[in-house]
Amino acid sequence: MAKIKCALIGSGNIGTDLIYKLQRSEFLEPVWMVGIDPASEGLARARDMGLKTTAEGVDGLLPHVLSDGIQIAFDATSAYVHAENSRKLNELGVLMIDLTPAAIGPLCCPTVNLEQHAASGEMNVNMISCAGQATIPIVHAVSRVQAVPYAEIVASLASKSIGPGTRANLDEFTYTTSDAVCKVGGSLKGKALAIINPADPPMIMRNTIYCLTEDEPKKDEIKASILRMIEEVQKYVPGYKLVNGPVFDGKKVSIFMEVAGLGDYLPKYAGNLDIMTAAATRTAELFAQNIMSGKVTLRAIKPTQTVEA
Amino acid sequence: MFDNNHLKGKKVILHDMCLRDGMHAKREQISVDQMVEAATAMDDAGVPYIQVTHGAGLGGNSLQHGFALHTNEEYITSVASKMKKAKISVLLIPGLGTMRELQSAYDCGARSVHIATHCTEADTSPQHIAYARKLGMDTTGFLMMAHLNTVEGLAQQGKSMESYGAQTVYITDSAGYMLPNEVKARVHALRQVLKPETEIGFHGHHNLGMGIANSIAAIEEGATRIDGSIAGLGAGAGNTPLEVFAAVCERMGIETGCDLFKLMDIAEELITPMMDHMVRVDRSSLTLGFAGVYSTFLLHAERASKRFGVPARDILVELGRKKMIGGQEDMILDTAMTMAKERGIQFEESV
Repeated sequence: MAKIKCALIGSGNIGTDLIYKLQRSEFLEPVWMVGIDPASEGLARARDMGLKTTAEGVDGLLPHVLSDGIQIAFDATSAYVHAENSRKLNELGVLMIDLTPAAIGPLCCPTVNLEQHAASGEMNVNMISCAGQATIPIVHAVSRVQAVPYAEIVASLASKSIGPGTRANLDEFTYTTSDAVCKVGGSLKGKALAIINPADPPMIMRNTIYCLTEDEPKKDEIKASILRMIEEVQKYVPGYKLVNGPVFDGKKVSIFMEVAGLGDYLPKYAGNLDIMTAAATRTAELFAQNIMSGKVTLRAIKPTQTVEA
Repeated sequence: MFDNNHLKGKKVILHDMCLRDGMHAKREQISVDQMVEAATAMDDAGVPYIQVTHGAGLGGNSLQHGFALHTNEEYITSVASKMKKAKISVLLIPGLGTMRELQSAYDCGARSVHIATHCTEADTSPQHIAYARKLGMDTTGFLMMAHLNTVEGLAQQGKSMESYGAQTVYITDSAGYMLPNEVKARVHALRQVLKPETEIGFHGHHNLGMGIANSIAAIEEGATRIDGSIAGLGAGAGNTPLEVFAAVCERMGIETGCDLFKLMDIAEELITPMMDHMVRVDRSSLTLGFAGVYSTFLLHAERASKRFGVPARDILVELGRKKMIGGQEDMILDTAMTMAKERGIQFEESV
């Protein structure tokens, strides 16, 4: 069966890493790479890897969407331009996988709620943030055992893996992630902390998850649930690893994780970028399977239904 | 050359930290009443800037950094409403604190802010610095763990913060590791690249006993703002003890505008009695200074030591080796557990 054709918007690290992951996919085929700078290395690399490219932003892609049969687009630009990109492509019936903090569509964490989104016919899903993808499965693993009134996550990221966009807009990262810890992770309240560490050689992404349980923690069940969840995430991020814990101090459960990347385009220490591209790929694959089987039909969204960011 | 009067007539703005950095040493357990009493006395003694809140600043209340007795808003409102002259300041570390919290601190009466980043990551602060300026706050860019960047690198980071709108750039010796010549080199390099109207500050920790000497060294190269804390109440071996520093300034003819004897009284009668442990250079805090480790890690490492059975000094040295920076308090527990496993030490999975 023919693979579902995809466009990648944003020719930076994330976009380039996505090419590797999509080229390995059974269900997806990367066809277009969209940039804004004709001289950019990312576009040149995409051409070398066999993709069609445009340096005219999403407008450069639009005339080819129908003729090239593009059905899924990944947006790795910024929250500011995502709303426009999404509107234009949704009008042509293209599903948006949003890797920016724009979060116009529902928040998606594959091991928690992907199946629900992929069956719903959503035309825009948001991939939260790298810290969200790395920690929310664990929060969910605890909250599915017993009530979690408060969860807090700490992401330590290698300085070299954090691009200028995230740096200049750190608050958006914080807001999006803490919001998703609650909405997707299942805690009543949530907080997200990010630390950017410049150590050389770069440190591998680390994440600490703290959950406060309402009643005495059911230790054995929590432990088993976390281990099960880690196996689920490892299906698309093999370097997702428990380093220490869970340890229990009263009602506080602490879990210490590490995320090593696959080392496709981005170095292994950049597990934060890898878990985003891997989660986005996983998400698109399930949608693609549902499209192929006829379970889901993508529908063009009429211009009047546009949503402002 | 051996004259004591070479800084005579210089004006220096003192900024007290004992009600913010001191919260680290008090496990965030200073009450609103204690803060109001200490701040009122400092205001009366002529201290122009007083920093308050949770030790980790805005957004600091967390499992990672501990929960204070009160919200930051309660501390700021209670103290700011009592000040006659002093300005109340806060600390904001991007990644932990956000602009929403800065707005809230401003609404409660804070009028000055240290926007703090690790010494190589100034570019995580532009939106917060710009926001503070928009609010009309006295805005400082605060480069933490300054010993971990080169002289030139640090100057460039300071220049970036100035370009975002910082009116003062601080060299922050979070580990209490620096020696006077290292401070001088960094202040000198900053002075070369910053605009003449941009001020330079120094924030010391006393882990090698160099807080005062380093602050004087900074002034010699053009720094005009100095952070300290009365009785040295702060993380690690504490900050530059403010009353001692004020006495040295007075002998050197440096003008601080503070009443020395009143500062001494506050140290003796209010702050020292507040301490849970004597804040001083001891084995652990000396290890911080010697190994170049973030001062706030001290009590966390001691707690991790008790919990997991690995000596605090060994944990601190390992954290230094792994180049862990401010904010990574979770890695103290993680490192202690990993070391315990390697050493075959049994610890309770649950307490």
